[in-house]
Amino acid sequence: MRAFADLLERLVLTPQRNGKIRLLTEYFAATPDPDRGYALAAITRDLEIRSVKPAMLRAIIYDRMDEALFDLSYDYVGDLAETISLAWPSKAGANRAPELGEIVETLNAASRADGPKLVAGWLDAMDASGRWALLKLVTGGLRIGVSSRLAKTALAAFGDKPVTEIEELWHGLQIPYTDLFAWLEGKGEKPDAEKPGYFRPVMLAHPLEARDLDALDPDAFAAEWKWDGIRIQAVSEGGVRRLYSRTGDDIGAAFPDVVDALDLDAVMDGELLVYAPAKPPFAVRPFAELQKRLNRKTVSKKLLQTHPAFIRVYDLLSVDGEDLRAQRFEDRRARLEDLFTDGPRKRIDLSPVLNLQDKDALAAARAAPPDDAIEGLMLKRRASPYVPGRPKGEWWKWKRDPFLIDAVLMYAQRGHGKRSSFYSDYTFGVWTEEETLAPVGKAYFGFTDEELKQLDKFVREHTTDRFGPVRQVRAEPDFGLVLEVAFEGLNRSARHKSGVAMRFPRISRIRWDKPAGEADRLETLHAMLPGDASA
Amino acid sequence: MTRLDEILRPTPKGLYCPPGDFFIDPVRPVDRAVVTHGHADHARAGHGAVLATEETIAIMAARYGEDFTTSRQPAALGVSTAINGVEVTLIPAGHVLGSAQAVVEYAGKRLIASGDYKRRRDPTCVGFEVMSCDVFITEATFALPVFRHPDDRGEIDKLLASVRRFPERAHLVGAYALGKAQRIIRLLREAGYDETIYIHGAMQKLCDLYEAFGVALGPLAPATIASKAGAKNDFAGKIVVGPPSAFADKWARRFPEPVACFASGWMRVRARARQRGVELPLILSDHADWDELTDTVRDIQPQELWITHGREDALTRWAELEGVKARPLSLVGYEDEHD
Ligand SMILES: [Zn+2]
Ligand SMILES: [Zn+2]
Repeated sequence: MRAFADLLERLVLTPQRNGKIRLLTEYFAATPDPDRGYALAAITRDLEIRSVKPAMLRAIIYDRMDEALFDLSYDYVGDLAETISLAWPSKAGANRAPELGEIVETLNAASRADGPKLVAGWLDAMDASGRWALLKLVTGGLRIGVSSRLAKTALAAFGDKPVTEIEELWHGLQIPYTDLFAWLEGKGEKPDAEKPGYFRPVMLAHPLEARDLDALDPDAFAAEWKWDGIRIQAVSEGGVRRLYSRTGDDIGAAFPDVVDALDLDAVMDGELLVYAPAKPPFAVRPFAELQKRLNRKTVSKKLLQTHPAFIRVYDLLSVDGEDLRAQRFEDRRARLEDLFTDGPRKRIDLSPVLNLQDKDALAAARAAPPDDAIEGLMLKRRASPYVPGRPKGEWWKWKRDPFLIDAVLMYAQRGHGKRSSFYSDYTFGVWTEEETLAPVGKAYFGFTDEELKQLDKFVREHTTDRFGPVRQVRAEPDFGLVLEVAFEGLNRSARHKSGVAMRFPRISRIRWDKPAGEADRLETLHAMLPGDASA
Repeated sequence: MTRLDEILRPTPKGLYCPPGDFFIDPVRPVDRAVVTHGHADHARAGHGAVLATEETIAIMAARYGEDFTTSRQPAALGVSTAINGVEVTLIPAGHVLGSAQAVVEYAGKRLIASGDYKRRRDPTCVGFEVMSCDVFITEATFALPVFRHPDDRGEIDKLLASVRRFPERAHLVGAYALGKAQRIIRLLREAGYDETIYIHGAMQKLCDLYEAFGVALGPLAPATIASKAGAKNDFAGKIVVGPPSAFADKWARRFPEPVACFASGWMRVRARARQRGVELPLILSDHADWDELTDTVRDIQPQELWITHGREDALTRWAELEGVKARPLSLVGYEDEHD
């Protein structure tokens, strides 16, 4: 448990991807089975562990120390698991600290009533960092900024294998992954991947840059719309039906409506979208509506009715047991179209191939797509086989990409009408040479109502000055709120002190996680200005 | 009978002793000051006279210039000085080089103003001395049960392990310029690290001063770039110590992919580390943690516990549970953010 706790401590504070990968590979190398397997499952959040309710945890800490002193501590720290781990009175002559695997196996074998007692005993035997890891584990609060994709990348680095091989066999594996580690260490056979319903690593596109467009031969490529949903792989073979994310996570439990509709024997590549129930088949709704159905273990009846999902397919990897991946894109596409000769299926339709002859037509289509749910074009080489990863020159995505920068919130102004009680208009800035913030724009949309409440609260709690309806917000390199701002273009402006003016800025994300000092700098914005032919 | 608060009482300028007509650690210029240690919130320039240890006087002169006071009164540890009939004795506090508790005796009563202190071993200063008294005056910076500073050797090991793990990166250790910086350097030496340690310019004087008082710090060099070209690599795999404030400014950009470390008792709470963008928190404090505070009160068993600043609420609650009479003084002007 010691090593697992150390790993978590470092992971939460390590911002760089490569640093995280290094920490994970070192841990895999140094930790025996089954602990490393349980750790991996805990990090990818696949681990099923009997949870202990916060009220139970409070009861066990109140048993050990003065309530008033605990409450003062909790007020200061703000996180229950962390407060208990720090304030827990250690006993001299404690037992041997338990190992991770032991904790998982014992807890899952115990009755619900015994859980808190077991946890209390382990807390006595561990140091503060071990206690923190244990409490995060049993409260299900293990959020440490490692995606399952990153964990698989670390496994690939650890075993010196391509990450696609790991994705391919991931779903045949059982926690604690003993056979996987044996293979990665060269001590065992490669675990069998090809069980019915297995995930095929996906083929990805490169973003199209100006020079790629110059070199592109439009006749060799087929164009499709790029839909603003999530990429999925729908598998239905030998009675097994699965819906995978593009990194091979099984998300079927959240989409029973779609899984139900897989009444054919095929492996399809497509986009998962949500449609307006009043307008079937398939008036696509914005990504924010799809988001309401993502990251769930189950889904309510109501949500199934208000937010029905469907798949818009664009490729066929296998049909009736025949693997098509080695075939040309246009041949696979013809086989796919054969499945839709009677029009759309229940919850599945076909993403059209566009009839665009030359680059001008492509550019025009990209600039003015017929549907808000389209975020650009996909260009696929007609002759391309389906190859995992991101082969060069086969598939391109040509997004109607907004520009993105990370800026720091500087001022907030009260809104109008419904929003008059909220600080909802935000002025943000980026760092200058002098290490001060220069305001570069203002945005008042792009966030949800829930996010608006959070932003408003942040503004009120960190006001440093007021001018009428405007509040100045604390913004220093060490402290401040970073907003990811999306915008459509940048113009030079003599009117603005920063020298730039943004077109259609909006808040695309709130970066609660990002230190203000790491927000973008004014030089970066200047470099984005148009008209610099050398750039 | 003389009441205890006729001997020492809180005022806006600091703790004042009416019969002796002097202040302890005054926050504004006064005629006569007793200074417990050299940290800026305790030791200020402009007093008429300063009674302090020789080390503290040297630190004040180094920081504020030779004319920081009109009259210097160096006092040896354990030797009493009479000020208008009040006996003042300095005894070690274990906080930083030269730090002392001020023992004030008058009319058969003994009051101890401990300044800042810690109980664990520190290779750069003399350890805390326990002396019985009627009133023990303590600070309460880390007076919450969540603050339990771990063994400092473990923290140093964490740093050295990270240096080995990331040989291509520089480790920037944020540490307060007086006390913490030298303690870390000394602890690194005790752990067997004998490579050159790079220091920020603001620390040079104080490191020299520690050396002059016999604290061997080993090879140090200024953290400046020798040449323009390829200079960043000069610091790969090195340890650089600087004041925390310097790490936010341009100064820090000269280092290759720096690992931001911060040595502070506050690092015990993860949110504090995250807020500051610290990648490697080192829980190292020159202040007493919760156990040290409560153990000290139990060791001394004063009639009354007076609490100057920090988490008075929690320490008062603890005293109530222990049956110790406690009184918050709510002194202002002392900021122990640095620890
Ligand atoms: Zn101090
Ligand atoms: Zn202090």
